[in-house]
Amino acid sequence: MKQYLGNVINALMTILIGMKVTFKHLFVPAVTIQYPTVKPELPERERNRLYVNMDDCIGCDQCARACPVDCIEIETVKSLPTEDLGKTSNGKRKALWVTKFNIDIGKCCFCQLCVFPCPTECIYMTDVYEFSEYERNNLVYNFITLTPQEVEEKKSNYAKFEEEKAAQKAAAAKKAAEEKAAAAAKKESEEKSASTKPNEETTIAKKDAAGNPQSGEKKEES
Amino acid sequence: MTIYNFLLKLTGSGILASFIQSLLPLFVFILPFALFAVLLERKVSAHMQDRLGPMRVGYHGILQTVADILKLIQKEDITPTDTDKPLFNIAPILVFAGSYAVFAAIPFSSAFIGTNISLGLFYIVAVSSLVVAGILMAGWASNNKYSLLGAMRSAAQIVSYEIPTIMVILTIVMVSGTLNLNTLSEMQTGHFWNWYILGGPGAGLSKFLLIPFMVIGFIIIYTSTLAEVNRTPFDIPEAESELVAGYHTEYSGMKFAMFFLAEYANMFAVSAIVVAIFFGGFQSPIGYLGNTLGIHWLIPIEQFFWFTMKGMFFVFVQMWLRWTLPRLRVDQLMAVCWKYMIPIAFVNLIIIGLITYI
Repeated sequence: MKQYLGNVINALMTILIGMKVTFKHLFVPAVTIQYPTVKPELPERERNRLYVNMDDCIGCDQCARACPVDCIEIETVKSLPTEDLGKTSNGKRKALWVTKFNIDIGKCCFCQLCVFPCPTECIYMTDVYEFSEYERNNLVYNFITLTPQEVEEKKSNYAKFEEEKAAQKAAAAKKAAEEKAAAAAKKESEEKSASTKPNEETTIAKKDAAGNPQSGEKKEES
Repeated sequence: MTIYNFLLKLTGSGILASFIQSLLPLFVFILPFALFAVLLERKVSAHMQDRLGPMRVGYHGILQTVADILKLIQKEDITPTDTDKPLFNIAPILVFAGSYAVFAAIPFSSAFIGTNISLGLFYIVAVSSLVVAGILMAGWASNNKYSLLGAMRSAAQIVSYEIPTIMVILTIVMVSGTLNLNTLSEMQTGHFWNWYILGGPGAGLSKFLLIPFMVIGFIIIYTSTLAEVNRTPFDIPEAESELVAGYHTEYSGMKFAMFFLAEYANMFAVSAIVVAIFFGGFQSPIGYLGNTLGIHWLIPIEQFFWFTMKGMFFVFVQMWLRWTLPRLRVDQLMAVCWKYMIPIAFVNLIIIGLITYI
């Protein structure tokens, strides 16, 4: 009987204690943040969407190599010696046209490993965390500042420059080979007839740099 | 002048006046109350868990339930193929009818009582049992094991807990000598010390002797009515974590809304019964403003206000308990009823009988 009444009183008392606790919580300020209208204050070093400040990017590809999931794709084109790309904010000279700088944020694992290697501190994590998209392709961010036409122009410029350079090189190589051949021929002829004219011919060939046919003519003449 | 007389004068026909009067509690009271109570429930639960609850629709979400109802109306009314269709369709109506019929005998104010029948309390006890039939029907017709389990549990629970409820009602009937809720409320007129929780009207030794036993009676009837409306801690019929939603698992759209409405109507109905028999019914605890100012038409409005406020308080306590206590196990539920509440109610009945005899 004693236990029976004790049970009843115990039950009622514990219920009242519980009710007191919940009643106190009625007046505890809610922890809810009204998210889209009120945003929580993020910690200082939060890691969210990546951003690249292209003014400072020198196209060194170090971030792409650091990325463990290969979400950064960079392509660069060398600038012509005549072009001046300016300098980055910490004084590094830019030498490459960055023709492609894609970050697939859908692949990104937000490890921040790409941020530390950057010599100019141009790639960093921002506090933007709302970037959901309906199309998966829209998650590939394109950071380059050049228009597609400009990219083509830079590419063709460089290709032309390369071609010219290759042509020059080829010409130089050919000339060298010819000179060698001519020298060899002259040696032979000198040995044969011991004529005295080779010096004049070589000076003429040196004067016109790209004059292949001329030199050929001259060779024929000679 | 009662509302019925006013309607009789307005329409000139007794049938029409009764008809309009019978619809009044539904459209003036139950629907707005259900809208408000659902919001209150969500807000109370939220704030007790340090959250905010609905905040978007209207100022602090006050129109949330209106939006929910609009959504429910638009929903497709699905009847699963293997159900017993007539029973399946009748069940929600029966459940709602059972809880709505209770409102017929509840005195909202001295000017408004659905039917002033002399067997009011008896009628309420009898007609609220109709809900059990509706719930069993819903559970059986759904052809779903969870629904059936929920319905079985619900029936067992409601039938068990009716006994302590009736015992306590019996004690009040013994003390007051009436089953009419209107007369019962009128008897507790004056100030709050005339309420039956504080020994009822009149002075003398017996009044003070009655107080502790009336408090015990109140605790028993409040707990058992809580179980009758299937609310936490007695919510095993619709235990979300065990049975999907109990007997209304298969219902959708407006039929589900009917169950929902019945649940909230029931919540107020049981609170109203507790208020009417223990807390002075529609009587004001501190006297009427209408009396002091001499404006007599204000008194019924004040009475309605007090009745609603007391009822809402007990509805709030139901919510408060819901967010405080965990759910009881089935055996614990039966133990509480048969081993504790019924014996105590019985002893209480005898003691109060002896005191009133003195």
